[in-house]
Amino acid sequence: MNRQRLSLMWVSGTLAFGLLSMLVPLPSVLQSFKPYWPALVLLYWSIESGDRITLGVAFMVGLCADLLDGVLLGEQALRLCALVFIVLRFRSRLRFFPMWQQTLAVLILLLNDRVLLLIVRTFAGEALPPASWWISPFVGAALWPFLFLLLDDLRMRFRIQ
Amino acid sequence: MALAREENSPLFAGSVAGTLRLIFYLALAMVLMVLDHRNGWLWRLRYNAAIVVEPIYRLAGLPSAGMRTLSVAFSDRKSLTEQNQRLREDLLLANAKLNRMAAVAEQNQRLKGLLDTQRSLELNVQLARVIGVDMGTSRHRLVLNRGDRDGVKQGQVVIDAHGVIGQIVDVLPTTAVVMLVTDPNHAVPVVIERTGLRTVAYGSREGDQLSLPNVPMAADVKAGDKLLTSGLGGRFPSGFPVGEIRSVGQSASGMFLEARARPTADIDRSEDVLLLHDQAEPVGPPIPSTPAGPPAGLAPAPGSSSAPPPVSPPVANPSTNAPAVQP
Repeated sequence: MNRQRLSLMWVSGTLAFGLLSMLVPLPSVLQSFKPYWPALVLLYWSIESGDRITLGVAFMVGLCADLLDGVLLGEQALRLCALVFIVLRFRSRLRFFPMWQQTLAVLILLLNDRVLLLIVRTFAGEALPPASWWISPFVGAALWPFLFLLLDDLRMRFRIQ
Repeated sequence: MALAREENSPLFAGSVAGTLRLIFYLALAMVLMVLDHRNGWLWRLRYNAAIVVEPIYRLAGLPSAGMRTLSVAFSDRKSLTEQNQRLREDLLLANAKLNRMAAVAEQNQRLKGLLDTQRSLELNVQLARVIGVDMGTSRHRLVLNRGDRDGVKQGQVVIDAHGVIGQIVDVLPTTAVVMLVTDPNHAVPVVIERTGLRTVAYGSREGDQLSLPNVPMAADVKAGDKLLTSGLGGRFPSGFPVGEIRSVGQSASGMFLEARARPTADIDRSEDVLLLHDQAEPVGPPIPSTPAGPPAGLAPAPGSSSAPPPVSPPVANPSTNAPAVQP
């Protein structure tokens, strides 16, 4: 029971940390290189403990992110839902991919996420983003192995299923 | 039954139920987006959720605040001395200019008094500090540490020492969100200082620039011209520097000249900004005056029959005079 609670707290803690690091600004030179942290953390947890992360959780995380960002309520909820849905569907394969294949898959997922965001933005009548807007998924994918190893190591230490 | 079994099997995770759930959540998200886009009630929700949201902003702003503190703590004595020296010179210069300006301002005030305008040169401002928070994918927003409780209102103009930064778009209890002049959705009515040409400066999507897409072909505009707020539209008070023109070229349609300008304010480097308190006087058609009837003393009081005018019969009096007074 106690372990259950601990693992729940740990998962929600990392998700909250992902949301928080989304808000932390980078120097303006690096600004467009910032990865989409909540998606990365959510990706990790849906690959590693898919029964805990459901579409509902993804929706709630997205809603919180929208509330913090203040752009359009439901935008990130939609994106994260789509992301988690795809991961959950291919979860059993993604888990046993070698690292480079997993990274490639993450890259494709993040690019898909950007395309979704672009569609939403276009419907909302906003201008097209500059080319540097597309760098972020690549940075996210490049960071993925490190994030994966770090979170995996911490998970092993806390012995969380 | 078959569906439930399929869902449990790990290798074939795809199921109708999962897809249905996805469709449900996507539909929910879309409904939310449409509602929010139409009504903008996200801000009402945010205002209520501010108890949770604002501490998170402060928390997320800590790293950048820490960086600032560290940069002060570890900057060497020489650079601090240099900075101090430079600031002192600036202050001296500014004071000297101010002293010279005081007489002019006095004269201006007197002349304006003669012209019967209420515009004053005094600034009624409030100092605010920028909280280092990244507002999503659009970089054209700032969060300030003043909010509703400090009397900040939506639409207030934000400036720094060099020019206009933007305007307040959202107010939370102790924080406020500024839309920068470089936001693609932002527009400032400007006047070119050298020629007096009035136009509109929009934000542009590529980088921190302003774009003036509809300058007439025959207009005399060149790089280096300064842009001031024109005061038209009633949101920005007139006379604040906005930008400096960098380049002038043909617009895409070929009907106008399109100028690019660089904002004069230190948009991505300012830590402290000023909130203008007095908004510009609304410019537009004058308020429709109430139609002049007879003076109040002479108007017949509707209830009392104490002073019936002798000319018209008492019965006809309310029906003829009342419409002239009431509207």
